[in-house]
Amino acid sequence: MSAGQLPRWVDLGLIPFLNLAAAFLVSGLVVILIGENPLDAVKVLLWGSLGYAEGFGFTLFYATNFIFTGLAVAVAFHAGLFNIGGEGQAYVGGLGVAFACLALDRFVPWYVTLPFAILGSAAMGAAWAFIPAWLQAKRGSHVVITTIMFNYISFSFMVYLLGNVLKKPGSMQNETRTFEDGGRLPFLNDIFPSFGFGYAPVNLSLFVAFAACVFVWFLIWRTKLGYEIRSFGANATAAVYAGISPVRIIVVTMLISGGLAGMMAINEIMGSQHRLLIDFVTGYGFVGIAVALMGRAHPVGIILAAILFGMLYQGGAELSFEMPNITRDMIIVIQGLVILFAGALEHMFRPAIVRFFTPSRALAAKEA
Amino acid sequence: MFETVILMMDATVRVSTPLLLACLAGLFSERSGVVDIGLEGKMLGAAFGAGAVAYVTANAWLGLLAGISVSVALALIHGFASISNRGNQIVSGVAINFLAAGLTALLGQTWFRQGGRTPSLPEGGRFTDLTWPFAEQLREVPVVGPLYSELLSGHKILVYVAFLAVPLTWWILFRTRFGLRLRAVGENPAAVDTAGISVAWMRYRAVIACGILCGFAGSYLSIAVGSGFGVNMTAGQGFMALAALIFAKWKPLNAMFTCLLFGFLDAAGTRMQGVELPVIGEVPLQVFQALPYVLTVVLLAGFIGKAIPPKAAGVPYLKERS
Amino acid sequence: MSEVPAIELRQINKSFGPVHANKDIDLVVKKGSIHGIIGENGAGKSTLMSILYGFYHADKGDILVDGTKVTIADSKAAIAMGIGMVHQHFMLVDNFSVLENVVLGAEDSAMLAGGLSRARNELKRLEDEYELRVDPDALIQDLPVGLQQRVEILKALYRSAEVLILDEPTGVLTPAEADHLFKILNVLKDEGKTVLLITHKLREIMAVTDTVSVMRRGEMVATRETRNTSMEELAELMVGRSVLLRVDKTPADPAAPVMEVENLTVTDSRGVQVVKDVSFSVRAGEIVGIAGVSGNGQSELLETLSGIRRATTGTLKIAGETIDLGTSTLDAADMRDKNMGHVPEDRHRMGLINSFAEYENSILGYHRDPAYSKGLLMDIGAIKKAAVEEIEKYDIRPPNPMLKTASFSGGNQQKIVLAREIERDPEILLIGQPTRGVDIGAIEFIHRRIVELRDSGKGVLLVSVELDEIRALSDRVLVMFDGKIVGERGANAEEGELGLLMAGVEDSQMSVAGGAQ
Repeated sequence: MSAGQLPRWVDLGLIPFLNLAAAFLVSGLVVILIGENPLDAVKVLLWGSLGYAEGFGFTLFYATNFIFTGLAVAVAFHAGLFNIGGEGQAYVGGLGVAFACLALDRFVPWYVTLPFAILGSAAMGAAWAFIPAWLQAKRGSHVVITTIMFNYISFSFMVYLLGNVLKKPGSMQNETRTFEDGGRLPFLNDIFPSFGFGYAPVNLSLFVAFAACVFVWFLIWRTKLGYEIRSFGANATAAVYAGISPVRIIVVTMLISGGLAGMMAINEIMGSQHRLLIDFVTGYGFVGIAVALMGRAHPVGIILAAILFGMLYQGGAELSFEMPNITRDMIIVIQGLVILFAGALEHMFRPAIVRFFTPSRALAAKEA
Repeated sequence: MFETVILMMDATVRVSTPLLLACLAGLFSERSGVVDIGLEGKMLGAAFGAGAVAYVTANAWLGLLAGISVSVALALIHGFASISNRGNQIVSGVAINFLAAGLTALLGQTWFRQGGRTPSLPEGGRFTDLTWPFAEQLREVPVVGPLYSELLSGHKILVYVAFLAVPLTWWILFRTRFGLRLRAVGENPAAVDTAGISVAWMRYRAVIACGILCGFAGSYLSIAVGSGFGVNMTAGQGFMALAALIFAKWKPLNAMFTCLLFGFLDAAGTRMQGVELPVIGEVPLQVFQALPYVLTVVLLAGFIGKAIPPKAAGVPYLKERS
Repeated sequence: MSEVPAIELRQINKSFGPVHANKDIDLVVKKGSIHGIIGENGAGKSTLMSILYGFYHADKGDILVDGTKVTIADSKAAIAMGIGMVHQHFMLVDNFSVLENVVLGAEDSAMLAGGLSRARNELKRLEDEYELRVDPDALIQDLPVGLQQRVEILKALYRSAEVLILDEPTGVLTPAEADHLFKILNVLKDEGKTVLLITHKLREIMAVTDTVSVMRRGEMVATRETRNTSMEELAELMVGRSVLLRVDKTPADPAAPVMEVENLTVTDSRGVQVVKDVSFSVRAGEIVGIAGVSGNGQSELLETLSGIRRATTGTLKIAGETIDLGTSTLDAADMRDKNMGHVPEDRHRMGLINSFAEYENSILGYHRDPAYSKGLLMDIGAIKKAAVEEIEKYDIRPPNPMLKTASFSGGNQQKIVLAREIERDPEILLIGQPTRGVDIGAIEFIHRRIVELRDSGKGVLLVSVELDEIRALSDRVLVMFDGKIVGERGANAEEGELGLLMAGVEDSQMSVAGGAQ
């Protein structure tokens, strides 16, 4: 019992740090393999993502997406559920945003549209998570598999809708018409011109994302529902003993998770693209898994991890420009390595660290 | 009409082959208790390895060997994470998919400078169609002729490998010591451990078998049907194979029929484009694309039989401490 | 006859982190004998046997098999040395046939066919020799527990085991099945096999063993010839002091019933009736004890009454309401609303969430109580305050509500659960195995609290497999056997009589059986 326990700072600080360091070390080796200098690459990456205001704006823009999808995965984690369907939920969430914007943009200003877009995206994302949730709760069908299936179903579904139903008449592109001002969130550059975000599409949804973080923190650690979610995730049998209904928790948690994933579409569709188009999610849903793992399913951790991944995305774009050998695919490699080391190999360093810390602690215990 | 049917069946076989190989790959892994959502990544890695080496050496066999090697290497990473380190198997699978997607495109660009693709394969770098004896002569014979010369004859060797792998897998699983232990370790690893057999080594062997079959699947895409590697050329077929595995309830013969069904839906979707059917009108391509996943969800829901996975699937084995 | 012993252990030591599970263990097991090893839960019996079976490695010490010093690297090595083991939790593959299970790990060759047919013949031979009948083609999941255990024994014999270790083999058996098992063990002995029987049940030791060794807190404290010892002596050795499980209490003064159960029948997920037409009541101010061998429906009874499990039919009268349990959808929260508290049998699996802090566990099941919440939010201040009060009142140590319950000792964990359920002032408390895995000091405390609750006019339904505990606490004793209540006795029930009831001898047969005894 006590044998495996480590000081808090080791568990929450040192071990994640070592995992991350290992991931970046291997990434460095990959850079060497393709014949570039990893230190130079890091320099470009850091400068590109943090070195100037516009670059930082892009970093924040990507981070906004990752906060939403990371929170989505994290909330499900707390209930012991693995929602791997953020990709599809975000995609379908785009419908909710588009409906709100297409209906209202010509009549009202953006701040009237926004609440509807939030509700719409969350509702559509939640709806897309509902069937997997219900099947898990009622029929025991594993949510990991069903959400993967629903990702693929969403790809076909959206292509069909955009190609046949929502398409702008006369256009060759599978996309809706472009929203008017009432369907566009202000860019931060327009609100705070002095920051110099330039053409970076970072927009007001960043604050929606922060609000979502606060919401999730309250939900998980301060509400009765959060207590029930955590109870169910930590010990489902004890939760039933406590009168917590597994069906309710699974369904409600997945709806919240799907809703959060769906809200990612606000940033992309209402914040940046100003139209609903094909494939706007491009893996952000999957990155949410890495973000949630790295952020230890805590909103603060998720913000930090989201910014790190935002840096990778933006810095990676810069990198592919400066060092053409290092294409943006490098970022996908780094993501893979982070997921591998921070997730699947999470415990690799643990035994060694426990050995390192145990002798002194055991002695201290004896003396006490 | 008959000719259309033959052509459809022929296309079905072609499309089903990589699915079937990957599905059997997953079967070995999951039957041993290691859940594998990294089939996609392993296929992609293999497709790249095979494409790259086949291009450089102009030898399809060396390409195949390289494809298998890459896939097995990825499988071993999955094994290291989920068997040796008892990590989360889903997370590990996701990581493998990312790694493969990123590395193949990155290295492809570095080595070949064609946007991540490998150049078109030279003569000898591709597997050619195997024409069966007398296929040409029999072509004109009614019914039997087209069946023989179109459907049976004239496929790449990997197609035959895939369909022969079905009875072979069945035989290994149910008629050999390895198969008995493999199934046991996926159901109750503790029973295997107390019988004096290493759980880890059994699972590693299963994972390697999975890697080899995924290697065939990926290589088929780049150096048999395709003529070189293209970025993300698996396009979700690994996940489709996973769906097929569940739909087949982890049984080899079922796997074959399921993959043929899914392959048929794909072939039909392509063929039905622009075709007006009576009453329902034109069926959109996307319906055919989504149907395999929808069917799998319906099966998972237990509405058409129950898909019960191996009992220990996804659970890392840890000796109980009494 | 001074023969070479089948097994000899010298100075075996094994630690798990800070826990010293086996300390300088010496043991000599004679060939062709049944040797019992007895001790309380956690005394280190299973660890010792796992070392002998190669599952764990001793930190220090020697193992001698047939007089030769050996190293047992893994289970395979143990099997090769003729050591077989029947584990407490069967090591069988449920969807395999008996034959496949027997063959697993001893297949002869890479192809299965040969091994399977040899096993079929061999099973036939073993069946004749030891009267171990079982259909080789049946699937394990279709066999009753007793037969599954038989397959485990066959597995060992098929591997030519000369020494057979059985770890708590009767825990899951009905008394009849247990008797049959003992018969088999005697046949094995007659055939020259050596049997090591691990148990914490005195009765079994007396019934079947030739020699008995007693373990206590990781140490081997004594070895006796069974015929030269008594249950009392062994009990004392096991516990380390003269056990006087007596709780000071006055005779009960029961009032009106607070809970009435009528015709309750429960079917489990496999479709087997586990509780059969059970009726009883619990009155205010009395402790009703349910005695019985583990697995005779007591657990299911508790789970059904507390709203965790669904009944097939039956009614429950509680808090002035009559509930049809066959159709009710009341869950554990609803039952708590009817003033029913529940201390579950297994605190790790059910009663606590060990990764949660103590204060969070102190409201598990009561988290919706308005006293601990403000609207949708939890009132963490109020929760901590209540937790601190309980910690003081129940002397829970260490007195730190922020600590995860995983870091508390068994006794303190149990006190956390008990405090939570009793302090909500229930009219009726269901309590299962209140002192399982709890140190002696805490046992007395817990027993006292239960009696105090009774004295304050509440009803208590107590389920325990420890007969002593039942007799010490109960004002009335109901005995469950095979899902039914087979008898009822008063506060001063005879141990022997209860034992007979627990073994399935019904009241009507009692005079006859009692006479023969």
